[in-house]
Amino acid sequence: METTKLPPSSPSSPTTSFSVPSAEKVDGFPRRSMRRARQRRSHSSSQFRYQSSQVELTPLPLLKDAPVAELHDLFCKKLQQCCVLFDFLDCVADLKGKEIKRAALNELVESVATSRGVLIEPLYPEAIKMISVNIFRTLPPSENPEFDPEEDEPTLEASWPHLQLVYEFFLRFLESPDFQPSMAKRYVDQKFVLQLLELFDSEDPREREYLKTILHRVYGKLLGLRAYIRKQINNIFLRFIYETEHFNGVAELLEILGSIINGFALPLKAEHKQFLVRVLIPLHTAKSLSIFHAQLAYCVVQFMEKDATVTEYIIRGLLKYWPKTCTQKEVMFLGEIEEILDVIEPSQFIRVQEPLFKQIAACISSPHFQVAERALYFWNNEYILSLIEENCQVILPLVFATLYRVSKEHWNQTIVSLIYNVLKTFMEMNSKLFDDLTASYKVEKQKELKRERERAELWRGLEEHQERRMQMLTEAARNHKRVYSRLASPRWQLFVKRRQLCDPRSKPYLLSDLSV
Amino acid sequence: LEGSISKMAGADGDDSLYPIAVLIDELRNEDVQLRLNSIKKLSTIALALGVERTRTELLPFLTDTIYDEDEVLLALAEQLGNFTMLVGGPEYVHCLLPPLESLATVEETVVRDKAVESLRKISQEHSPVDLEVHFEPLVKRLASGDWFTSRTSACGLFSVCYPRVSSTVKAEIRQHFRTLCSDDTPMVRRAAASKLGEFAKVLELDYVKSDIISLFTALASDEQDSVRLLAVEACVSIATLLPQEDLETLVMPTLRQAAEDKSWRVRYMVADKFSELQKAVGPEITKNDLVPAFQNLLKDCEAEVRAAAANKVKEFCENLPEDNREQIIMTHILPCVKELVSDTNQHVKSALASVIMGLSTILGKDNTIEHLLPLFLAQLKDECPEVRLNIISNLDCVNEVIGIRQLSQSLLPAIVELAEDAKWRVRLAIIEYMPLLAGQLGVEFFDEKLNTLCMAWLIDHVYAIREAATCNLMKLVEKFGAEWAQNTIVPKVLGMANDPNYLHRMTTLFCINALSEACGQEITTKQMLPVVLKMSNDQVANVRFNVAKSLQKIGPVLDSNALQTEVKPVLEKLATDTDMDVKYFAQEAISVLALA
Repeated sequence: METTKLPPSSPSSPTTSFSVPSAEKVDGFPRRSMRRARQRRSHSSSQFRYQSSQVELTPLPLLKDAPVAELHDLFCKKLQQCCVLFDFLDCVADLKGKEIKRAALNELVESVATSRGVLIEPLYPEAIKMISVNIFRTLPPSENPEFDPEEDEPTLEASWPHLQLVYEFFLRFLESPDFQPSMAKRYVDQKFVLQLLELFDSEDPREREYLKTILHRVYGKLLGLRAYIRKQINNIFLRFIYETEHFNGVAELLEILGSIINGFALPLKAEHKQFLVRVLIPLHTAKSLSIFHAQLAYCVVQFMEKDATVTEYIIRGLLKYWPKTCTQKEVMFLGEIEEILDVIEPSQFIRVQEPLFKQIAACISSPHFQVAERALYFWNNEYILSLIEENCQVILPLVFATLYRVSKEHWNQTIVSLIYNVLKTFMEMNSKLFDDLTASYKVEKQKELKRERERAELWRGLEEHQERRMQMLTEAARNHKRVYSRLASPRWQLFVKRRQLCDPRSKPYLLSDLSV
Repeated sequence: LEGSISKMAGADGDDSLYPIAVLIDELRNEDVQLRLNSIKKLSTIALALGVERTRTELLPFLTDTIYDEDEVLLALAEQLGNFTMLVGGPEYVHCLLPPLESLATVEETVVRDKAVESLRKISQEHSPVDLEVHFEPLVKRLASGDWFTSRTSACGLFSVCYPRVSSTVKAEIRQHFRTLCSDDTPMVRRAAASKLGEFAKVLELDYVKSDIISLFTALASDEQDSVRLLAVEACVSIATLLPQEDLETLVMPTLRQAAEDKSWRVRYMVADKFSELQKAVGPEITKNDLVPAFQNLLKDCEAEVRAAAANKVKEFCENLPEDNREQIIMTHILPCVKELVSDTNQHVKSALASVIMGLSTILGKDNTIEHLLPLFLAQLKDECPEVRLNIISNLDCVNEVIGIRQLSQSLLPAIVELAEDAKWRVRLAIIEYMPLLAGQLGVEFFDEKLNTLCMAWLIDHVYAIREAATCNLMKLVEKFGAEWAQNTIVPKVLGMANDPNYLHRMTTLFCINALSEACGQEITTKQMLPVVLKMSNDQVANVRFNVAKSLQKIGPVLDSNALQTEVKPVLEKLATDTDMDVKYFAQEAISVLALA
């Protein structure tokens, strides 16, 4: 029999077969750390494809050596020079040009930061143009479609050596004592801000950090843009919540909002309340909540401290979106509730205590001990404890049955001992009520069972009824269809049209009219 | 008929039995899960109430109390779409509009979408008059709602009522749609853009030209790329509606612009919809415009776009006008394809590998051998297993044109390498193609080159692979016949019964389970059964209870004599085993085989 010789690329030859790390061989799954190592790559946006022919840069004289009369002209030339973009994925391409631009940017930063009188009106459009050309770009697709900001390394922007200096320049420009909002507003307009906001989706945390400070300055200095910025942030959040569930800059935007909320005038405008109820609260539903929860909770508490009347919206909103299956999120929610309770007004507490403590009771009976533990920690908080004590008559009956049951059933000893402490606290608060509830526990249990039996009975009856009725209805529907199909007949259509002509507001036609 | 419906309503007057309060209590239950259960049985409740009270009591209650968990609302929105008969048939269907209107304004997208879906469904049950009196005003209210949610929902309702209303109302609807296309919030513009094609389809051609085109052009140059990319989708429907002579002036400028959009998402969308676009614009425009556009997409700087375009290579080539298809492919498409074979991104290469074989049928034998074969061979040696796998899984296309033998020299190392890939999912995938390959390569080649691999998989350390390997053997026997099995695989399989590793011994049993039927009574009785019976003395309980299971499985293949004299005593012995699982399965086998 003829034997075929294996070509040199056969797997048996160790030189050509791609090597597999031994760890990978064991279970067949690449380990996360290895995947990550591969992702430690930087990427760049697709902007270079649009640059026609590469311009050769020639170094200009230094700004500090320029005579005062030529300073502005030179500044302007440098700005124009910095509009040239370079390909950073090819790290050896045009090194000379890259260095010239870097030096020019450094000088511009330095000049705008230190010397006074540089920023004159004709420079504004040039500066904004240079900034726009460099920073505004379509962000590239994520290297890793399931990018998890908590686990994976972000992909870094390749052109950062230049980009950082451009951002730095922009920041110094905005912070310069010479900066004139009245001149800037002609160039930093709505379209500019919209593009700026879109950059917050960048995977590179360094870029988002700059953007955060810059947007904050823009919001602070250009009053005419404030409402627009808030509205566009709203849109970004709404898209994030209801459409894409993906946006890298949520935490940064929330951080800015935290300080904006701080400055809201009282009484709160309807727009701001709407933002709280329809945007901030629904943000809690996001899968990636853990990344921005701290900033979000801060915003929520800010709102409460501004105006206590929003408390009820907040608590009821959180209860509506309470996590059903994700215990990690449940712990975050409990943390936020504690932050809220820390600053709640007693009058507001009374309005929400009932639904709130029903939820807390549900958390205490969670089989996940961290959830139960987090909920039970509320009793270690002195302010919360004082609120509970004041409203013991209402709260104790809400949680008693759960505490009693879980104290006997929970698998985790820590939880059981925490519950004993809570029970003891309640006993000391109101021993009479406590004894009554203990005595009636069994009776209540019986009542509950009875209600359940009654419900089952009701539904059984309803379903039997449905079976009988469905038979009749299918029969009727069949007849009905037969008649209704005649509606499509030309004769009936003509009849309808005629009647419509007589009186266009005539009543809807009943099938009984179909006696034509 | 009216009489019969009211009789139905009267007939269920068991008011005393089910007071509405009790039923509503169920819908209000504190426990979400119970509330959800009740809502899911809303039709039961409505039936119990009868049509009259459903209209006058249940629906108002539902309309008033719409503030609940989204899950409950979703169930409600779905239920109401099927409620027509429960409120008394089509002449009362408009009673369902108020609760659905509220649901269509809810924040949560799934609830809103479901409400719109139900509204679209029941719109068909409205008479033309009811549509104008009840339905259309609802659409208008939604279209001019304060919050974006109601306006988004409105976008999905225009097209269902437009064809059935008077021309004045039609004009209003067009106006509303226009307004929403330039809405302030991008969410609404996105909704409008995604419904643009659907709406264009129900419009009169003149209005498509006068209204839709300007909206299309505006949405396609929106400031947000998420809006622009949706306009690409609409482009397909619009181009299909217009006569050929208008396409150049009305659609092409926008399409050209989209194909070169600065956002890769838009270009991706163009690439993704390329075949549809190609069909919609016809052969002339394809030749002049789409071929260069397609070349650019294949060379795009973003891998996402290249991969989407690479996926379309075969379809695009297939749909080229036949008269100069070959010339276009050879001079314009193939050079790009050649570059993609060595792309830096593995997704691009594997997208190409999944379709490239299809080109051989289009280009014929000679071109395939001269131009495509080198590419196939290069991809068979690609470093990324997915690329190789995609080539192998599409071998049937080449087989028809040039025969698989041309490839077999390169195929073999590729298969061998995939068969030993470190990722078990890759190994699993290649196993699944084995029966196909065996069929195409023939029994001789198989015995020579692949048989060893198939046997090696039986002792893989991943169970899923061993299981797939077992199943693979069965398919091979179905292909090559019992005699082949007896000579080549059965001895090897049975040999494993003496392996020191109990997992391998169990594999013998699993193989026997799979093969007995295909091998037939004789081989099963003479060769397999003795081995199984012998294994009933194995010291590992797992093997013993698998013996019981195997006997149950192969029992039907055996004759009654073998069952009574050989199988029965062994099962009876196993039924007294010390291990309770062994006992259980032995007893089960005894009862299934009726040996008791």
